[in-house]
Amino acid sequence: MITRGFTGRNSGGDQSDRIPPGQHLVEHFPVLTAGPTPRVETADWKFTLKIGPRHIKVWNWSAFNALPKTKMTRDIHCVTSWSKLNTAWEGVVVDDILADAGVEPPTDFVLAHCYDGYSTNVPLADLASGKTMIALNYEGQPLPRDHGGPARLLVPHLYFWKSAKWVNGLQFTERDEAGFWELRGYHKYGDPWREQRYTND
Amino acid sequence: MVIRGASSGTLMTEGGARSASWQTCAIAEIIQRTPSIKSYFLRLSEPFAHIAGQHVDVRLTAPDGYVAMRSYSIASSPSASNVIELAIERLPDGEVSPFFHDIAAVGDKIELRGPLGGHFLWPERATAPVLLIGAGSGVVPLMAMIRQRRALAQTVPTALLLSSRTQRDVLFADELLSLELADPKFTLALAITREPPERACDFARRIDSAMVAELVARLPRMPAHVFVCGSNRFVNIAADGALMAGLDAAVIKTERYGG
Ligand SMILES: Cc1cc2nc3c(=O)[nH]c(=O)nc-3n(C[C@H](O)[C@H](O)[C@H](O)COP(=O)(O)OP(=O)(O)OC[C@H]3O[C@@H](n4cnc5c(N)ncnc54)[C@H](O)[C@@H]3O)c2cc1C
Repeated sequence: MITRGFTGRNSGGDQSDRIPPGQHLVEHFPVLTAGPTPRVETADWKFTLKIGPRHIKVWNWSAFNALPKTKMTRDIHCVTSWSKLNTAWEGVVVDDILADAGVEPPTDFVLAHCYDGYSTNVPLADLASGKTMIALNYEGQPLPRDHGGPARLLVPHLYFWKSAKWVNGLQFTERDEAGFWELRGYHKYGDPWREQRYTND
Repeated sequence: MVIRGASSGTLMTEGGARSASWQTCAIAEIIQRTPSIKSYFLRLSEPFAHIAGQHVDVRLTAPDGYVAMRSYSIASSPSASNVIELAIERLPDGEVSPFFHDIAAVGDKIELRGPLGGHFLWPERATAPVLLIGAGSGVVPLMAMIRQRRALAQTVPTALLLSSRTQRDVLFADELLSLELADPKFTLALAITREPPERACDFARRIDSAMVAELVARLPRMPAHVFVCGSNRFVNIAADGALMAGLDAAVIKTERYGG
């Protein structure tokens, strides 16, 4: 349905092939969080890999920073409809975390956990594809607290709620368990190109 | 937790509707609320029962097919009819809010889907005190909660701390002030940042942790639910204030309008 009198600011923009349906381009970096912004000191920071309830390996900040670092520049898409192009990240690719722990993935499903109690599910096939990382730097600087610092998950090809802020662990689960927003009406997978915003989209 | 929709009887997970499809609604009425905020009353073609705090997604389509989508909180209480109220602040260089302010007229058709959001929700059975903190148009979902509380004749002690630039910028000021007079369990405190406030119980500065602590002290007990809504900057200050006032992070829910 055409809205009477609406023309739109980005109508006919030349980057439209990089902007998924229903999204609009922003230059700034909006912040959306469901609770207070946690304060996590790197001295206290820990990252835990689990299989079900079982701890496989725990890294502190310096051990985690000794893992191989990778840089990625990606477009990101938030379910609240903004997209931001060419965001530059540096961190540890999930495959390198699994390799350092020496685990063969026991299931196809993973939950990411965070300092504020947040969680989100991402299938192993998406996580361990070289496409995702635990990001420690943004645009060449330590990741700001508002954007999830010291460390956040980066899953740029899914809606950005999957890129969990203040991440402190990954957990293999038997089944595809819903995380925080997935339990509260949002889509279980969240592909922006298929506009999977809400449950049953 | 499973919640049964009040009138539709649809089963929802914690507030999240099973599916919310696009519908076309008509603008029934437009009211200028403050110099920069107007209310839009939209008649739903497929009525729904929302939970106070939820939002809708609105989508505008240009003649060339370009689509712009934004989220807007519902200001009306769920017990209202098949008309919902949105209150939209005009951002000078924005794409969607200036369209609503400058172009949209009564009778126009608007597409929306909802109700959406399963976290920032009024606790229907609340008995322990509730603290609401908002700035500017961030009071919109809090207003839905206050209206729902009144519609259900709930007596849970509730305080609203509302920050605005001037007295004239206070959204829903008349309704809030008269509610405060009529309901001894409802406390209103304004934080007016650019002029002296009219009432002695209001504040003449931006929200800070001392102010949040004072609001907590005006409630009979520590609040069990805190809802904070506004810009990210504002929400961070208010949520940190609530933490410093001794509230647990787990009881503080925030809705950030992005920015
Ligand atoms: C859950 C939720 C509920 C909400 N509820 C409400 C509500 O009840 N009431 C309300 O008024 N709002 C609400 N919002 C905010 C709303 O969704 C919109 O973000 C808001 O109306 C601004 O949209 P816009 O299209 O007018 O501005 P946008 O075009 O999105 O721009 C936003 C701001 O960024 C600036 N900007 C944008 N693009 C650029 C650029 N390229 N360069 C420089 N600056 C730029 C603009 O100047 C403007 O100030 C809510 C948001 C969320 C997430």
